[in-house]
Amino acid sequence: MKVLVPVKRVLDYNVKARVKSDQSGIDLANVKMSMNPFDEISVEQAVKMKESGAASEAIVVSIGPAKAQETIRTGLAMGMDRGIHVTTDEDLEPLAVAKILKAICDEEGPELVILGKQAIDNDYGSTGGMLAALMDWPIGSAANSMEQAGSELTVVKEVDGGLQTVKLQMPAIVTTDLRLNEPRYASLPNIMKAKKKPIDAKTPADYGVDTAPRLKTLKVTEPEARKAGIKVEDAAQLVDKLKNEAGVI
Amino acid sequence: MTTTYPTLQFGHSEETQMIRETVHGFAQEHIAPIAEAVDADNKFPRHLWPLMGKLGLHGITVPEKDGGTGLGYLQHTIALEEISRASASVGLSYGAHSNLCINQLRRWGNAEQRAKYLPKLMSGEHVGSLAMSEPSAGSDVVSMKLKAESAQGGYLLNGNKMWITNGPEANTLLVYAKTDPNAGSKGISAFIITPDMEGFSTAQKLDKLGMRGSDTCELVFEDCFVSKENLVGEVGQGAEILMSGLDYERVVLSGISVGIMQACLDVVLPFIHERKQFGKPIGTFQLMQGKLADMYVTLSTARSYVYAVAAACDRGETTRKDAAGCILYAAEKSTLMASDAIQMLGGMGYINESPTGRLWRDAKLMEIGAGTSEIRRWLIGRELFGETA
Repeated sequence: MKVLVPVKRVLDYNVKARVKSDQSGIDLANVKMSMNPFDEISVEQAVKMKESGAASEAIVVSIGPAKAQETIRTGLAMGMDRGIHVTTDEDLEPLAVAKILKAICDEEGPELVILGKQAIDNDYGSTGGMLAALMDWPIGSAANSMEQAGSELTVVKEVDGGLQTVKLQMPAIVTTDLRLNEPRYASLPNIMKAKKKPIDAKTPADYGVDTAPRLKTLKVTEPEARKAGIKVEDAAQLVDKLKNEAGVI
Repeated sequence: MTTTYPTLQFGHSEETQMIRETVHGFAQEHIAPIAEAVDADNKFPRHLWPLMGKLGLHGITVPEKDGGTGLGYLQHTIALEEISRASASVGLSYGAHSNLCINQLRRWGNAEQRAKYLPKLMSGEHVGSLAMSEPSAGSDVVSMKLKAESAQGGYLLNGNKMWITNGPEANTLLVYAKTDPNAGSKGISAFIITPDMEGFSTAQKLDKLGMRGSDTCELVFEDCFVSKENLVGEVGQGAEILMSGLDYERVVLSGISVGIMQACLDVVLPFIHERKQFGKPIGTFQLMQGKLADMYVTLSTARSYVYAVAAACDRGETTRKDAAGCILYAAEKSTLMASDAIQMLGGMGYINESPTGRLWRDAKLMEIGAGTSEIRRWLIGRELFGETA
């Protein structure tokens, strides 16, 4: 079975995001960029499936600027077999990404695509769902655990207030949540081996996908600073405020 | 670079950056949370060794054909920097293990010795050490008194070694001894010692100012028989092995001082935002900003020199004066920077709840170990004067 894992290069989660002075977006100059943390979980899952013999080949895909190749290498160093890099300098919207991924699925014929449930930069959280719709495949989203038996996949999903278990017939899509696994650190020998693994260079045009944006960003602003809390005089005042101001009791 | 703020990149290769990220992630997850306890308990965290072995850290400079990772001194220095940023004490033990012991065996051990000792050292099952200093032979290391007298099939060792990093834990030690006490530097030879040898023992574990948990002790040799198969290199080649090893040791260990400097910034930066005085974060005050600027520039300067010398070693352009120079600079500056970090935290910096005191105590060792600052200056001046005669 072939597994496809799309990954995105994003601002590292430890870095404080700063808005550009012209409010056109986030300033990414000279800051640390990393693989989207949810995508690391997807890669870990695919590598585990390879190690257990469930998957025969694991392919890592990234759609992004030249530097996205580093993100693909990280996936290869973690244990993926080969990469596909679709180069674009545009910040693509989820639908364009999903269309390119559909074209790659048509070409590669994976039986399973594992995506992060969202990317931590734009937080759309929609690429997985869109890809499932375009492929007309079942989807298990926000996976907390997954198990494969033959062509059937059991996915435990994180939903509001609990866990939901679904059974999917492959080919299928799974999007990963934080608790699915703990991604490994690429070992130093595997980092060196990743250098020799192949990465196919593609462009959106190779897949005949129109990537023109459908949304126009008017401006990006910092979230309003959180206001400091207040001190109440006594319990009576606390109850009063909770009842009449916060409206929680 | 793995910082939360935009910073100068040094044009390192993609793999080198990935190695830094892997080591950084590992060190922050597994080492940083125990750094305070390792210091307080003065206990070596041996459980880290197999984990680091799995990552390929111990055999980082050992060629792939010998089971290592096949990388160079630049990558080794950066790995040590990221480990020391989490805990300089773990960094020192790792440096002694991976550079002083493993890299020396890689460079000078014969095929049988490499096959016998390297695999377990690289996996982290064994801990390695190197012993040159003695109670009365520190800077004047050639005056060492540990005797190695010829005996049937090998040598009998008698004497002591002092301040031996990883000594209490070591399974494999590279030990220098005098095979000819009257031949000066030409009378020194190198031996592989294992603690199961009769006549070998370790004495008291030392109670140090800093680098606590990087266990240090005295080694005692009383008619300790060492087979001739454990002689490293030729008889009388010890000083050459020792001195050339020191050049690489100084470069790689500079990473400890660089890591400590980054750790100072890691502590100070959030603090000067959170700490408010006169109604404003103290980072808004120009005296604080001035200190911060000096810290950043000093760290970047030290990095530039250290990385440049490490990369030169990888190109085969090793120079004794730059090996001494980069650690001289990084070590002295890291002690000053840790002192500034204490100052910027004020009262908070002076209590042991903050890591700044530990950073300062750990930093100081780097001005003493692997040659004191005085010896480093003497070497650099002597070399430069000699080269221009």
